[in-house]
Amino acid sequence: MEKVIEVQNLTKKFGDFTAVDHISFEVYKGEIFGFLGANGAGKTTAMRMLCGLLPPTSGKGLVAGFDIHTQSEEVKRNIGYMSQKFALYEDLKVWENIRLYGGIYGVPEDEIIKKTDELLKRLGFEKERNSFVKSLPLGWKQKLAFSVAIFHEPKIVFLDEPTGGVDPVTRRQFWEMIYEAADRGITVFVTTHYMDEAEYCDRVSIMVDGRIDALDSPKNLKNQFKANNMDGVFQQLARRASRKAD
Amino acid sequence: MTGNYGEFAVCCENITKTYPPDIQALKNIDLKVSPHQIFGIIGPDGAGKTTLFRMLTTLILADEGKATVLGYDVVNDYQEIRKYVGYMPGRFSLYQDLTVEENLKFFASVFGTTVEENYDLIKNIYRQIEPFKNRRAGQLSGGMKQKLALSCALIHKPKLLILDEPTTGVDPVSRREFWEMLQNLKNEGITILVSTAYMDEAGLCDTIALILNGEFLKIDTPKNIVQQFEPEIFSVQSNQRSKLLTDLRRLPEVSSCYAFGDSIHVTVENKKISEEELQNFLLKNGHEQIEIAKIEPTVEDCFMELSKQQEENN
Repeated sequence: MEKVIEVQNLTKKFGDFTAVDHISFEVYKGEIFGFLGANGAGKTTAMRMLCGLLPPTSGKGLVAGFDIHTQSEEVKRNIGYMSQKFALYEDLKVWENIRLYGGIYGVPEDEIIKKTDELLKRLGFEKERNSFVKSLPLGWKQKLAFSVAIFHEPKIVFLDEPTGGVDPVTRRQFWEMIYEAADRGITVFVTTHYMDEAEYCDRVSIMVDGRIDALDSPKNLKNQFKANNMDGVFQQLARRASRKAD
Repeated sequence: MTGNYGEFAVCCENITKTYPPDIQALKNIDLKVSPHQIFGIIGPDGAGKTTLFRMLTTLILADEGKATVLGYDVVNDYQEIRKYVGYMPGRFSLYQDLTVEENLKFFASVFGTTVEENYDLIKNIYRQIEPFKNRRAGQLSGGMKQKLALSCALIHKPKLLILDEPTTGVDPVSRREFWEMLQNLKNEGITILVSTAYMDEAGLCDTIALILNGEFLKIDTPKNIVQQFEPEIFSVQSNQRSKLLTDLRRLPEVSSCYAFGDSIHVTVENKKISEEELQNFLLKNGHEQIEIAKIEPTVEDCFMELSKQQEENN
Protein backbone atom coordinates (compact mmCIF):
# COMPACT_ATOMS: atom_id res chain seq x y z
CA MET A 1 0.00 0.00 0.00
CA GLU A 2 1.19 3.51 -0.83
CA LYS A 3 2.22 5.48 2.23
CA VAL A 4 1.09 9.10 2.29
CA ILE A 5 2.44 9.92 5.74
CA GLU A 6 5.52 8.32 7.27
CA VAL A 7 6.64 9.56 10.65
CA GLN A 8 9.56 8.28 12.71
CA ASN A 9 10.40 9.47 16.22
CA LEU A 10 8.96 12.89 15.50
CA THR A 11 9.61 15.17 18.47
CA LYS A 12 8.96 18.80 19.31
CA LYS A 13 10.33 20.53 22.38
CA PHE A 14 9.50 24.03 23.56
CA GLY A 15 12.30 24.81 26.02
CA ASP A 16 12.33 21.88 28.41
CA PHE A 17 8.73 20.97 27.65
CA THR A 18 8.32 18.05 25.23
CA ALA A 19 5.04 18.70 23.42
CA VAL A 20 5.43 15.78 21.01
CA ASP A 21 7.53 12.88 22.22
CA HIS A 22 8.98 10.48 19.63
CA ILE A 23 5.83 9.58 17.72
CA SER A 24 6.00 7.07 14.85
CA PHE A 25 3.21 6.01 12.51
CA GLU A 26 2.19 5.60 8.89
CA VAL A 27 -0.97 6.57 7.03
CA TYR A 28 -1.95 4.95 3.73
CA LYS A 29 -3.52 6.25 0.53
CA GLY A 30 -7.29 6.59 0.74
CA GLU A 31 -7.33 5.94 4.47
CA ILE A 32 -9.47 7.90 6.96
CA PHE A 33 -7.14 8.36 9.90
CA GLY A 34 -8.54 9.71 13.19
CA PHE A 35 -6.05 11.67 15.30
CA LEU A 36 -7.40 11.87 18.85
CA GLY A 37 -6.16 13.06 22.19
CA ALA A 38 -7.14 15.19 25.16
CA ASN A 39 -6.60 18.97 25.05
CA GLY A 40 -2.92 19.57 25.61
CA ALA A 41 -1.84 16.05 24.57
CA GLY A 42 0.13 17.44 21.63
CA LYS A 43 -2.25 16.95 18.69
CA THR A 44 -2.09 20.51 17.38
CA THR A 45 1.70 20.64 17.60
CA ALA A 46 2.00 17.31 15.77
CA MET A 47 -0.44 18.43 13.11
CA ARG A 48 1.38 21.73 12.58
CA MET A 49 4.61 19.82 11.99
CA LEU A 50 2.91 17.50 9.51
CA CYS A 51 1.54 20.50 7.60
CA GLY A 52 5.01 22.02 7.28
CA LEU A 53 4.18 24.94 9.58
CA LEU A 54 6.51 24.06 12.45
CA PRO A 55 9.97 22.48 12.18
CA PRO A 56 10.47 19.39 14.34
CA THR A 57 13.15 19.32 17.04
CA SER A 58 14.15 15.82 15.99
CA GLY A 59 12.82 12.85 14.10
CA LYS A 60 11.67 12.48 10.54
CA GLY A 61 8.44 12.94 8.67
CA LEU A 62 7.40 12.47 5.06
CA VAL A 63 4.04 13.89 3.96
CA ALA A 64 2.84 13.36 0.38
CA GLY A 65 6.40 12.26 -0.39
CA PHE A 66 8.10 15.42 0.92
CA ASP A 67 10.29 15.91 3.97
CA ILE A 68 8.44 18.10 6.48
CA HIS A 69 11.73 19.60 7.68
CA THR A 70 13.61 20.34 4.46
CA GLN A 71 10.72 20.59 1.96
CA SER A 72 8.02 22.32 3.99
CA GLU A 73 6.91 24.51 1.03
CA GLU A 74 6.32 21.42 -1.14
CA VAL A 75 4.41 19.84 1.74
CA LYS A 76 2.13 22.90 1.99
CA ARG A 77 1.42 22.85 -1.75
CA ASN A 78 0.49 19.18 -1.75
CA ILE A 79 -1.91 19.04 1.16
CA GLY A 80 -5.36 20.43 1.88
CA TYR A 81 -6.33 21.93 5.24
CA MET A 82 -9.59 22.83 6.88
CA SER A 83 -10.55 23.68 10.43
CA GLN A 84 -13.76 24.83 11.99
CA LYS A 85 -12.13 28.05 13.12
CA PHE A 86 -10.54 28.97 9.83
CA ALA A 87 -11.98 27.90 6.55
CA LEU A 88 -13.53 30.49 4.26
CA TYR A 89 -13.55 34.27 3.92
CA GLU A 90 -16.99 35.41 5.05
CA ASP A 91 -16.84 38.70 3.13
CA LEU A 92 -16.04 37.04 -0.19
CA LYS A 93 -18.63 35.47 -2.44
CA VAL A 94 -18.81 31.73 -2.94
CA TRP A 95 -17.08 31.84 -6.34
CA GLU A 96 -14.45 34.28 -5.02
CA ASN A 97 -13.47 31.91 -2.22
CA ILE A 98 -13.04 29.08 -4.72
CA ARG A 99 -11.05 31.37 -7.05
CA LEU A 100 -8.82 32.51 -4.18
CA TYR A 101 -7.98 29.05 -2.88
CA GLY A 102 -7.56 27.62 -6.37
CA GLY A 103 -5.09 30.42 -7.09
CA ILE A 104 -3.18 29.96 -3.84
CA TYR A 105 -2.69 26.29 -4.63
CA GLY A 106 -1.55 27.08 -8.18
CA VAL A 107 -4.47 25.62 -10.11
CA PRO A 108 -4.40 27.14 -13.65
CA GLU A 109 -7.02 29.81 -14.36
CA ASP A 110 -8.97 27.91 -17.03
CA GLU A 111 -9.11 24.85 -14.83
CA ILE A 112 -10.42 26.90 -11.90
CA ILE A 113 -13.26 28.19 -14.07
CA LYS A 114 -14.19 24.73 -15.30
CA LYS A 115 -13.90 23.05 -11.91
CA THR A 116 -15.87 25.82 -10.18
CA ASP A 117 -18.88 25.03 -12.36
CA GLU A 118 -18.53 21.31 -11.68
CA LEU A 119 -18.16 21.85 -7.97
CA LEU A 120 -21.16 24.14 -7.61
CA LYS A 121 -23.26 21.71 -9.59
CA ARG A 122 -22.20 18.72 -7.52
CA LEU A 123 -23.01 20.56 -4.28
CA GLY A 124 -26.29 21.93 -5.65
CA PHE A 125 -24.97 25.46 -4.96
CA GLU A 126 -25.37 26.94 -8.47
CA LYS A 127 -27.81 29.57 -7.20
CA GLU A 128 -25.38 30.60 -4.45
CA ARG A 129 -22.46 31.35 -6.77
CA ASN A 130 -22.72 35.09 -6.06
CA SER A 131 -23.82 34.87 -2.42
CA PHE A 132 -21.53 36.08 0.31
CA VAL A 133 -20.26 33.18 2.38
CA LYS A 134 -21.47 34.85 5.58
CA SER A 135 -25.06 34.55 4.36
CA LEU A 136 -24.87 30.75 4.00
CA PRO A 137 -26.13 28.34 6.67
CA LEU A 138 -23.32 26.79 8.71
CA GLY A 139 -23.79 23.35 7.20
CA TRP A 140 -23.37 24.72 3.68
CA LYS A 141 -20.24 26.58 4.69
CA GLN A 142 -18.73 23.37 6.03
CA LYS A 143 -19.44 21.51 2.81
CA LEU A 144 -18.04 24.33 0.73
CA ALA A 145 -14.97 24.63 2.97
CA PHE A 146 -14.23 20.94 2.59
CA SER A 147 -14.68 21.09 -1.19
CA VAL A 148 -12.35 24.08 -1.37
CA ALA A 149 -9.74 22.30 0.76
CA ILE A 150 -9.60 19.43 -1.77
CA PHE A 151 -10.14 21.60 -4.88
CA HIS A 152 -6.51 21.15 -5.99
CA GLU A 153 -6.84 17.39 -5.48
CA PRO A 154 -4.21 17.00 -2.81
CA LYS A 155 -2.98 13.56 -1.78
CA ILE A 156 -4.03 14.27 1.74
CA VAL A 157 -6.38 16.62 3.53
CA PHE A 158 -6.01 17.63 7.19
CA LEU A 159 -9.30 18.33 8.97
CA ASP A 160 -9.00 19.94 12.40
CA GLU A 161 -12.27 19.48 14.28
CA PRO A 162 -14.28 20.09 11.13
CA THR A 163 -17.71 19.39 12.62
CA GLY A 164 -17.71 21.29 15.93
CA GLY A 165 -21.08 22.91 16.61
CA VAL A 166 -22.69 21.54 13.46
CA ASP A 167 -26.20 20.04 13.69
CA PRO A 168 -26.45 16.23 13.77
CA VAL A 169 -27.81 15.78 10.25
CA THR A 170 -25.23 18.07 8.63
CA ARG A 171 -22.47 16.41 10.65
CA ARG A 172 -23.39 13.07 9.11
CA GLN A 173 -23.70 14.50 5.61
CA PHE A 174 -20.24 15.95 6.10
CA TRP A 175 -18.87 12.50 6.92
CA GLU A 176 -20.48 11.13 3.80
CA MET A 177 -18.43 13.69 1.85
CA ILE A 178 -15.33 12.48 3.67
CA TYR A 179 -16.10 8.91 2.59
CA GLU A 180 -16.50 10.00 -1.05
CA ALA A 181 -13.15 11.79 -0.95
CA ALA A 182 -11.47 8.72 0.56
CA ASP A 183 -13.08 6.53 -2.12
CA ARG A 184 -11.49 8.80 -4.73
CA GLY A 185 -8.11 8.07 -3.14
CA ILE A 186 -7.68 11.21 -1.01
CA THR A 187 -6.24 10.42 2.40
CA VAL A 188 -8.14 12.06 5.25
CA PHE A 189 -6.39 12.97 8.50
CA VAL A 190 -8.99 14.18 10.97
CA THR A 191 -9.19 15.35 14.60
CA THR A 192 -12.48 15.36 16.47
CA HIS A 193 -13.91 15.51 19.97
CA TYR A 194 -16.98 13.52 18.90
CA MET A 195 -16.26 9.94 19.86
CA ASP A 196 -18.98 8.57 17.56
CA GLU A 197 -16.98 10.08 14.69
CA ALA A 198 -13.91 8.17 15.81
CA GLU A 199 -15.88 5.05 14.89
CA TYR A 200 -16.15 6.27 11.29
CA CYS A 201 -12.37 6.21 10.83
CA ASP A 202 -10.43 3.28 9.35
CA ARG A 203 -7.79 3.65 12.04
CA VAL A 204 -7.48 5.86 15.07
CA SER A 205 -4.49 7.03 17.07
CA ILE A 206 -4.82 8.39 20.60
CA MET A 207 -2.20 10.76 21.98
CA VAL A 208 -1.47 10.97 25.70
CA ASP A 209 1.21 13.29 27.11
CA GLY A 210 2.85 13.80 23.70
CA ARG A 211 3.05 10.10 22.84
CA ILE A 212 0.82 7.87 20.74
CA ASP A 213 -0.46 5.39 23.30
CA ALA A 214 -2.84 3.49 21.01
CA LEU A 215 -3.19 3.04 17.27
CA ASP A 216 -5.51 0.57 15.58
CA SER A 217 -8.93 0.18 13.98
CA PRO A 218 -11.82 1.24 16.23
CA LYS A 219 -12.93 -2.40 16.38
CA ASN A 220 -9.56 -3.67 17.57
CA LEU A 221 -9.19 -0.83 20.07
CA LYS A 222 -12.59 -1.61 21.56
CA ASN A 223 -11.57 -5.27 21.91
CA GLN A 224 -8.20 -4.38 23.35
CA PHE A 225 -9.66 -2.05 25.97
CA LYS A 226 -12.81 -4.11 26.52
CA ALA A 227 -14.96 -1.05 25.82
CA ASN A 228 -18.40 -0.83 24.18
CA ASN A 229 -17.53 2.28 22.23
CA MET A 230 -14.66 4.63 21.45
CA ASP A 231 -15.61 6.93 24.30
CA GLY A 232 -14.81 4.05 26.67
CA VAL A 233 -11.42 3.58 25.01
CA PHE A 234 -10.67 7.31 25.12
CA GLN A 235 -11.65 7.71 28.77
CA GLN A 236 -9.35 4.86 29.84
CA LEU A 237 -6.37 6.20 27.90
CA ALA A 238 -6.77 9.91 28.60
CA ARG A 239 -7.18 9.37 32.33
CA ARG A 240 -3.65 7.95 32.38
CA ALA A 241 -2.31 11.38 31.46
CA SER A 242 0.04 12.90 34.00
CA ARG A 243 0.31 16.17 32.09
CA LYS A 244 -2.28 18.67 33.28
CA ALA A 245 -1.50 21.45 30.87
CA ASP A 246 -5.11 21.88 29.94
CA MET B 1 -32.42 40.20 48.41
CA THR B 2 -34.39 38.62 45.66
CA GLY B 3 -36.65 36.89 48.13
CA ASN B 4 -39.43 34.97 46.54
CA TYR B 5 -39.31 34.93 42.77
CA GLY B 6 -42.28 32.64 42.33
CA GLU B 7 -42.35 29.42 40.48
CA PHE B 8 -39.72 30.00 37.81
CA ALA B 9 -36.09 31.10 37.72
CA VAL B 10 -36.53 32.08 34.08
CA CYS B 11 -39.76 32.83 32.25
CA CYS B 12 -40.02 33.93 28.61
CA GLU B 13 -43.22 34.71 26.73
CA ASN B 14 -43.37 35.29 22.98
CA ILE B 15 -39.79 36.46 22.75
CA THR B 16 -38.69 37.52 19.26
CA LYS B 17 -35.34 38.89 18.16
CA THR B 18 -34.39 39.84 14.62
CA TYR B 19 -30.97 41.03 13.48
CA PRO B 20 -30.95 43.31 10.46
CA PRO B 21 -31.68 42.81 7.66
CA ASP B 22 -33.85 39.75 8.26
CA ILE B 23 -32.12 37.15 10.42
CA GLN B 24 -34.69 35.82 12.85
CA ALA B 25 -32.56 34.65 15.75
CA LEU B 26 -35.51 33.91 18.06
CA LYS B 27 -39.03 33.31 16.78
CA ASN B 28 -41.76 33.88 19.31
CA ILE B 29 -40.39 31.54 21.96
CA ASP B 30 -41.74 30.54 25.36
CA LEU B 31 -39.57 29.11 28.11
CA LYS B 32 -40.07 28.29 31.77
CA VAL B 33 -37.16 27.14 33.91
CA SER B 34 -37.91 25.79 37.38
CA PRO B 35 -35.28 26.56 40.00
CA HIS B 36 -32.65 24.21 41.48
CA GLN B 37 -31.99 22.17 38.38
CA ILE B 38 -29.62 21.89 35.44
CA PHE B 39 -31.54 23.10 32.41
CA GLY B 40 -29.87 22.47 29.03
CA ILE B 41 -30.45 24.46 25.83
CA ILE B 42 -29.32 22.03 23.14
CA GLY B 43 -28.77 22.84 19.50
CA PRO B 44 -26.17 23.59 16.82
CA ASP B 45 -24.34 26.87 16.18
CA GLY B 46 -26.70 29.51 14.85
CA ALA B 47 -29.79 28.04 16.53
CA GLY B 48 -30.31 31.08 18.78
CA LYS B 49 -28.72 29.90 22.04
CA THR B 50 -26.40 32.87 22.54
CA THR B 51 -29.07 35.42 21.60
CA LEU B 52 -31.37 33.89 24.20
CA PHE B 53 -28.67 34.08 26.88
CA ARG B 54 -27.66 37.63 26.01
CA MET B 55 -31.30 38.67 26.27
CA LEU B 56 -31.69 36.95 29.67
CA THR B 57 -28.48 38.50 31.00
CA THR B 58 -29.83 41.95 29.97
CA LEU B 59 -27.08 42.57 27.41
CA ILE B 60 -29.48 42.92 24.48
CA LEU B 61 -33.16 43.75 24.20
CA ALA B 62 -35.75 41.52 22.59
CA ASP B 63 -37.89 43.05 19.82
CA GLU B 64 -41.06 41.62 21.26
CA GLY B 65 -42.23 39.60 24.22
CA LYS B 66 -41.65 39.57 27.93
CA ALA B 67 -39.04 37.86 30.07
CA THR B 68 -38.31 37.62 33.76
CA VAL B 69 -35.22 36.27 35.47
CA LEU B 70 -35.49 35.39 39.17
CA GLY B 71 -38.79 37.25 39.12
CA TYR B 72 -37.28 40.48 37.75
CA ASP B 73 -38.20 41.97 34.41
CA VAL B 74 -35.26 41.95 31.99
CA VAL B 75 -35.98 45.52 30.86
CA ASN B 76 -37.16 47.38 33.96
CA ASP B 77 -35.20 45.53 36.63
CA TYR B 78 -31.98 44.82 34.74
CA GLN B 79 -29.80 46.09 37.57
CA GLU B 80 -31.29 43.61 40.00
CA ILE B 81 -30.81 40.73 37.57
CA ARG B 82 -27.13 41.54 37.14
CA LYS B 83 -26.63 41.20 40.91
CA TYR B 84 -27.94 37.68 41.10
CA VAL B 85 -26.93 36.09 37.83
CA GLY B 86 -23.52 34.63 36.97
CA TYR B 87 -22.73 34.56 33.27
CA MET B 88 -19.96 32.72 31.45
CA PRO B 89 -20.00 33.75 27.79
CA GLY B 90 -18.94 31.40 25.02
CA ARG B 91 -15.93 33.49 24.16
CA PHE B 92 -13.28 33.90 26.88
CA SER B 93 -13.90 37.41 28.16
CA LEU B 94 -11.78 37.91 31.23
CA TYR B 95 -8.95 40.43 31.33
CA GLN B 96 -6.02 38.78 29.55
CA ASP B 97 -3.49 41.21 31.04
CA LEU B 98 -4.57 40.63 34.63
CA THR B 99 -3.32 37.62 36.55
CA VAL B 100 -5.58 34.79 37.63
CA GLU B 101 -5.84 36.23 41.12
CA GLU B 102 -6.36 39.81 39.92
CA ASN B 103 -9.24 38.75 37.68
CA LEU B 104 -10.94 36.96 40.54
CA LYS B 105 -10.46 39.89 42.94
CA PHE B 106 -11.68 42.32 40.30
CA PHE B 107 -14.92 40.44 39.72
CA ALA B 108 -15.47 40.07 43.45
CA SER B 109 -15.03 43.82 44.00
CA VAL B 110 -17.32 44.73 41.08
CA PHE B 111 -20.05 42.76 42.83
CA GLY B 112 -19.27 44.33 46.19
CA THR B 113 -17.92 41.20 47.80
CA THR B 114 -14.55 39.59 48.50
CA VAL B 115 -12.90 36.38 47.40
CA GLU B 116 -12.71 35.27 51.04
CA GLU B 117 -16.42 35.71 51.63
CA ASN B 118 -17.48 33.24 48.96
CA TYR B 119 -14.37 31.11 48.70
CA ASP B 120 -16.23 27.98 49.81
CA LEU B 121 -18.35 28.00 46.68
CA ILE B 122 -15.43 28.15 44.26
CA LYS B 123 -12.74 26.36 46.22
CA ASN B 124 -12.99 22.99 44.45
CA ILE B 125 -12.68 24.67 41.07
CA TYR B 126 -10.25 27.46 41.97
CA ARG B 127 -7.85 25.16 43.81
CA GLN B 128 -6.97 23.52 40.49
CA ILE B 129 -5.71 26.82 39.08
CA GLU B 130 -4.45 28.40 42.30
CA PRO B 131 -0.86 27.21 41.67
CA PHE B 132 -0.91 29.57 38.66
CA LYS B 133 -2.52 32.52 40.44
CA ASN B 134 0.27 34.89 39.40
CA ARG B 135 0.07 33.98 35.73
CA ARG B 136 -1.69 36.33 33.34
CA ALA B 137 -5.07 35.02 32.20
CA GLY B 138 -4.00 35.34 28.55
CA GLN B 139 -1.20 32.83 29.18
CA LEU B 140 -3.46 30.07 30.49
CA SER B 141 -4.36 26.90 28.60
CA GLY B 142 -7.95 26.41 27.45
CA GLY B 143 -8.92 24.20 30.38
CA MET B 144 -7.51 26.60 32.96
CA LYS B 145 -9.19 29.61 31.32
CA GLN B 146 -12.47 27.76 31.58
CA LYS B 147 -11.99 27.12 35.30
CA LEU B 148 -11.03 30.74 35.92
CA ALA B 149 -14.06 32.00 33.97
CA LEU B 150 -16.31 29.73 36.00
CA SER B 151 -14.73 30.91 39.27
CA CYS B 152 -15.27 34.56 38.25
CA ALA B 153 -18.89 33.86 37.28
CA LEU B 154 -19.50 32.34 40.73
CA ILE B 155 -17.63 34.72 43.01
CA HIS B 156 -20.71 36.78 43.88
CA LYS B 157 -22.65 33.63 44.77
CA PRO B 158 -25.28 33.93 42.03
CA LYS B 159 -28.66 32.26 42.32
CA LEU B 160 -28.71 31.54 38.60
CA LEU B 161 -25.65 30.55 36.58
CA ILE B 162 -25.85 30.95 32.80
CA LEU B 163 -23.15 29.12 30.82
CA ASP B 164 -22.88 29.54 27.06
CA GLU B 165 -21.32 26.43 25.50
CA PRO B 166 -18.78 25.86 28.26
CA THR B 167 -17.63 22.53 26.78
CA THR B 168 -17.20 23.46 23.12
CA GLY B 169 -13.85 22.23 21.82
CA VAL B 170 -13.14 20.45 25.10
CA ASP B 171 -12.05 16.80 25.05
CA PRO B 172 -14.38 14.07 26.39
CA VAL B 173 -12.51 13.57 29.68
CA SER B 174 -12.44 17.28 30.58
CA ARG B 175 -16.06 17.58 29.50
CA ARG B 176 -17.06 14.88 31.96
CA GLU B 177 -15.15 16.64 34.75
CA PHE B 178 -16.85 19.94 33.92
CA TRP B 179 -20.28 18.36 34.19
CA GLU B 180 -19.33 16.92 37.58
CA MET B 181 -18.52 20.47 38.72
CA LEU B 182 -21.97 21.63 37.51
CA GLN B 183 -23.65 18.82 39.43
CA ASN B 184 -21.86 19.96 42.62
CA LEU B 185 -22.97 23.55 42.05
CA LYS B 186 -26.55 22.41 41.59
CA ASN B 187 -26.29 20.60 44.93
CA GLU B 188 -25.25 23.95 46.45
CA GLY B 189 -28.67 25.25 45.40
CA ILE B 190 -27.68 27.15 42.25
CA THR B 191 -29.96 26.96 39.22
CA ILE B 192 -27.94 26.28 36.09
CA LEU B 193 -28.92 27.23 32.56
CA VAL B 194 -26.36 25.80 30.15
CA SER B 195 -26.14 25.53 26.38
CA THR B 196 -24.32 22.91 24.35
CA ALA B 197 -24.02 21.60 20.83
CA TYR B 198 -23.04 18.14 22.12
CA MET B 199 -26.18 16.00 22.09
CA ASP B 200 -24.62 13.41 24.40
CA GLU B 201 -24.59 15.98 27.22
CA ALA B 202 -28.42 16.10 27.18
CA GLY B 203 -28.59 13.14 29.56
CA LEU B 204 -26.68 15.13 32.20
CA CYS B 205 -29.42 17.78 32.39
CA ASP B 206 -32.63 17.56 34.41
CA THR B 207 -34.64 19.29 31.67
CA ILE B 208 -33.65 20.08 28.10
CA ALA B 209 -34.90 22.42 25.42
CA LEU B 210 -33.95 21.38 21.89
CA ILE B 211 -33.47 24.48 19.75
CA LEU B 212 -33.05 24.93 15.99
CA ASN B 213 -33.50 27.97 13.73
CA GLY B 214 -34.71 30.19 16.57
CA GLU B 215 -37.44 27.82 17.72
CA PHE B 216 -37.73 25.20 20.40
CA LEU B 217 -38.38 21.77 18.93
CA LYS B 218 -39.24 20.32 22.33
CA ILE B 219 -38.89 21.09 26.03
CA ASP B 220 -39.05 18.20 28.49
CA THR B 221 -36.91 15.83 30.54
CA PRO B 222 -34.47 13.77 28.43
CA LYS B 223 -36.35 10.63 29.49
CA ASN B 224 -39.73 11.93 28.34
CA ILE B 225 -38.35 13.17 25.05
CA VAL B 226 -36.92 9.74 24.29
CA GLN B 227 -40.14 8.01 25.36
CA GLN B 228 -42.32 10.21 23.18
CA PHE B 229 -40.35 9.31 20.09
CA GLU B 230 -42.83 7.46 17.90
CA PRO B 231 -40.98 5.71 15.04
CA GLU B 232 -39.08 2.48 15.61
CA ILE B 233 -35.32 2.57 15.47
CA PHE B 234 -33.15 -0.33 14.37
CA SER B 235 -29.41 -0.42 14.84
CA VAL B 236 -27.93 -2.15 11.79
CA GLN B 237 -24.43 -3.40 11.05
CA SER B 238 -22.91 -5.41 8.23
CA ASN B 239 -19.51 -6.10 6.72
CA GLN B 240 -19.91 -3.27 4.15
CA ARG B 241 -20.72 -0.04 5.91
CA SER B 242 -20.71 2.40 3.02
CA LYS B 243 -22.89 0.11 0.84
CA LEU B 244 -25.18 -0.53 3.81
CA LEU B 245 -26.09 3.14 3.96
CA THR B 246 -26.85 3.42 0.22
CA ASP B 247 -28.78 0.14 0.14
CA LEU B 248 -30.96 1.05 3.14
CA ARG B 249 -31.69 4.51 1.69
CA ARG B 250 -33.21 2.83 -1.37
CA LEU B 251 -35.91 1.22 0.77
CA PRO B 252 -39.12 3.30 0.62
CA GLU B 253 -40.19 1.86 3.99
CA VAL B 254 -37.20 3.49 5.70
CA SER B 255 -37.90 7.10 6.65
CA SER B 256 -34.32 7.99 7.56
CA CYS B 257 -30.99 6.33 7.86
CA TYR B 258 -27.78 7.75 9.38
CA ALA B 259 -24.45 6.59 10.75
CA PHE B 260 -24.25 6.41 14.55
CA GLY B 261 -20.83 5.34 15.72
CA ASP B 262 -20.10 1.83 14.51
CA SER B 263 -23.65 1.12 13.35
CA ILE B 264 -26.41 2.71 11.30
CA HIS B 265 -29.69 3.87 12.82
CA VAL B 266 -32.70 3.13 10.64
CA THR B 267 -35.94 4.95 11.43
CA VAL B 268 -39.17 3.20 10.47
CA GLU B 269 -42.62 4.75 10.83
CA ASN B 270 -45.83 2.78 11.46
CA LYS B 271 -43.95 -0.55 11.51
CA LYS B 272 -43.75 -0.46 7.71
CA ILE B 273 -40.93 -3.00 7.73
CA SER B 274 -39.95 -5.65 10.26
CA GLU B 275 -36.58 -6.81 11.51
CA GLU B 276 -36.89 -10.03 9.44
CA GLU B 277 -37.75 -8.13 6.27
CA LEU B 278 -34.75 -5.85 6.76
CA GLN B 279 -32.54 -8.89 7.30
CA ASN B 280 -33.81 -10.57 4.12
CA PHE B 281 -33.36 -7.39 2.09
CA LEU B 282 -29.75 -7.06 3.20
CA LEU B 283 -28.98 -10.74 2.59
CA LYS B 284 -30.37 -10.40 -0.93
CA ASN B 285 -28.07 -7.44 -1.50
CA GLY B 286 -24.97 -9.38 -0.60
CA HIS B 287 -24.38 -8.21 2.97
CA GLU B 288 -22.77 -10.54 5.48
CA GLN B 289 -22.31 -10.49 9.26
CA ILE B 290 -25.61 -8.64 9.50
CA GLU B 291 -26.67 -7.53 12.96
CA ILE B 292 -30.03 -5.86 13.49
CA ALA B 293 -31.43 -4.82 16.86
CA LYS B 294 -34.41 -2.71 17.83
CA ILE B 295 -33.11 0.00 20.14
CA GLU B 296 -34.24 2.91 22.29
CA PRO B 297 -33.63 6.23 20.54
CA THR B 298 -31.00 8.65 21.82
CA VAL B 299 -31.65 12.38 22.25
CA GLU B 300 -29.69 12.86 19.03
CA ASP B 301 -32.14 10.58 17.15
CA CYS B 302 -35.00 12.65 18.56
CA PHE B 303 -33.32 15.91 17.57
CA MET B 304 -32.86 14.69 14.01
CA GLU B 305 -36.46 13.51 13.72
CA LEU B 306 -37.84 16.73 15.22
CA SER B 307 -35.67 18.86 12.94
CA LYS B 308 -37.09 16.98 9.96
CA GLN B 309 -40.60 17.82 11.17
CA GLN B 310 -39.62 21.47 11.57
CA GLU B 311 -38.38 21.53 7.99
CA GLU B 312 -41.61 19.96 6.73
CA ASN B 313 -43.74 22.46 8.63
CA ASN B 314 -41.91 25.50 7.29
